Amino acid sequence: MLEIRNLRAAINGKEILKGIDLTVEPGEVHAMMGPNGSGKSTLSQVLAGHPSFEVTDGSVTFQGHDLLELEPEERACNGLFLAFQYPVEIRGITNSYFLRHALNARRKCEGLEELDPLDFLDVLERKLATIEWDDSFVNRPVNEGFSGGEKKRNEILQLAVLEPKLAILDEPDSGLDIDALRIVADGVNRLRSPDKSILLITHYQRLLNYIVPDRVHVLLNGKVVTSGGKELAQELESKGYDWVKEPVAAS
Amino acid sequence: MPRENVGQQATVEHYVSKFGTRTAADRAASPEWLEDIRKKAIGRFEEAGFPSSRDERWRFTNFSQLATRTFALGNGNTERDSLEQAVNTKLGWRSDVRLVFIDGRFSHELSSLDDLPNGVVVGSLAEVMNNNTAALHSHLASIADIADSPFTALNTAFFSEGGILLVPDGVWVESPIQFLYLTSDGRGESVTHPRNLVAVGENAQATIAECYLGKGNGCTWTNSVTECVLANAAHLTAHRVQVEGANAFHTATTQCRQGRDSTIRFTTVDFGSALSRHDLNFQLNGTGASCSIHGLSHLRDKQHADNQTNIVHSTPNCTSVERFNGIYDDKSHGVFTGRVLVEPGAQQTDAIQSSRNLLLSDTARVDVQPQLEIFADDVKCTHGATVGPIDDDALFYLRSKGITADDARTMLTYGFAAEIVDTIGTESLRDHLEALLRSRLNAAKRDSEGDL
Repeated sequence: MLEIRNLRAAINGKEILKGIDLTVEPGEVHAMMGPNGSGKSTLSQVLAGHPSFEVTDGSVTFQGHDLLELEPEERACNGLFLAFQYPVEIRGITNSYFLRHALNARRKCEGLEELDPLDFLDVLERKLATIEWDDSFVNRPVNEGFSGGEKKRNEILQLAVLEPKLAILDEPDSGLDIDALRIVADGVNRLRSPDKSILLITHYQRLLNYIVPDRVHVLLNGKVVTSGGKELAQELESKGYDWVKEPVAAS
Repeated sequence: MPRENVGQQATVEHYVSKFGTRTAADRAASPEWLEDIRKKAIGRFEEAGFPSSRDERWRFTNFSQLATRTFALGNGNTERDSLEQAVNTKLGWRSDVRLVFIDGRFSHELSSLDDLPNGVVVGSLAEVMNNNTAALHSHLASIADIADSPFTALNTAFFSEGGILLVPDGVWVESPIQFLYLTSDGRGESVTHPRNLVAVGENAQATIAECYLGKGNGCTWTNSVTECVLANAAHLTAHRVQVEGANAFHTATTQCRQGRDSTIRFTTVDFGSALSRHDLNFQLNGTGASCSIHGLSHLRDKQHADNQTNIVHSTPNCTSVERFNGIYDDKSHGVFTGRVLVEPGAQQTDAIQSSRNLLLSDTARVDVQPQLEIFADDVKCTHGATVGPIDDDALFYLRSKGITADDARTMLTYGFAAEIVDTIGTESLRDHLEALLRSRLNAAKRDSEGDL
């Protein structure tokens, strides 16, 4: 599904990612954990193709494509999805209008017919039923005036509608109280399937109680310093990030 | 006052002399009280001349192209059907109740006045003047100040036609009433002076839509004045759409006076004209009155649009909300000046103003000036202005979800405009404006693809 080899990336000449290796197979959920400033969000932005970051070395293969050669929209068309840590407010455009265009762009890539507004509404209703949410923010402008929790939920709604092959969820738990966290996590869990993968980026182990990963990686100073099963997250929770820092410093 | 140049002096003299040589029929069409007002108005215009860029209120707009041409008074001789067809492509919307004016002249055949509640007066100014002068006397030319703007003075001296709506106390008019002005290519350079009057009685309610549409590339000038007088607890929803021709001049004054607990919801859209200037003056004269004004400009090529709002809070507990969004492409130039005056004693005033401006090219330009003058101490007045290109974060957000860069730009631009257009409560008009916007933005997209 996704193969990252020695990925290095910089912003304004400052190197943030310093040689990342990661392989994600279909159906797997990988958690990328790390403290603030470790490069977690940069990794997600680089994978999605944010133009501010410069890739200086390494390769990323996604579904057999050289991901780094593709424009952001081409990556999305090939089945990559990024749920933003800080979703952007788009004034004057309703959620349903935006979602329909995003879905139709995706369908066009796959050689499917575009959906008219009525057909799209059917799809949307089915998706809302799948994640057991109501349609309360479908007709509001994209993220405008949304609470923190609503913005995060909106990213998950997009995930449900667009059905990507690989979803990168960038701190979907940040700023959420426990109730909102459960709603988001339940939504994600309902969308898990054997042919779809998730790269979950988080600072805290708390989220992983709800979305249980297959693999856990720890990112420190732009490098993956250790990887393991879900128990690694619990160890991190009890011992803190200093615990992984020490062996790195010693080695 | 010294003139900017000899050419402008000659133009002023041209209009003054035209006023002096009006036909006997023209003079006879005005009752004595109006003729007195007209004489004062032309005197005022002669004294003031065209606005000078040295005057703070007019400094962002250069009127020399307008002020050095001598426009003839429009005579409405145009081929009606072909004009109607041509301008309908600009905004294919007509209300069931409408007054249609062709090059300034009222057209019975194209107008429609069905299904109005008893007592409501809707008609062309000349007709109402003939049949019911008394009804006009108390309001016509009562609030638009000839000393405030030379364009208002010139309109007051020369106006002969316009839309009249008089709503008696307690009457609710459901249908939107449209004043539709169609301008032809012009046979030579011609000017019209539309004069509209809307008076809404106590506890009465109405909706109007002023539409100014132009055909072709003629050098025409529309100089309109609209007076809106709202009694206590009156409610008015007003829309104004300006899509005049590419070489047209458009100057306009909207003058509203509001009584206690009255409300106005005003939306103004500028898409057309080479040069337009619109003064929107709102006087909140009764406790609890409120106005909300939404404005949108979308300009291309070398278009210039100047909107100046002037909201006067004279009494306590009044609310004003202004939101103006501008989209500027190519070498266009937008201007927004938002003056809010809170007079002494107007406590508990709540005034909000925002101006958001999107620059789609490096050569487009906008000037934004908030002017808050506050003489009361217990008030809430806020203003904010933004100017910039399309937001990179928003662009990346949309692209990362699969929308192409071109479509994302169009979508963000459309959203910027939709914020204003969506406030239009008259659904059929809103739909037409949205369609017009889409076609304008898609045309812009095709143009830019053609450049590659």
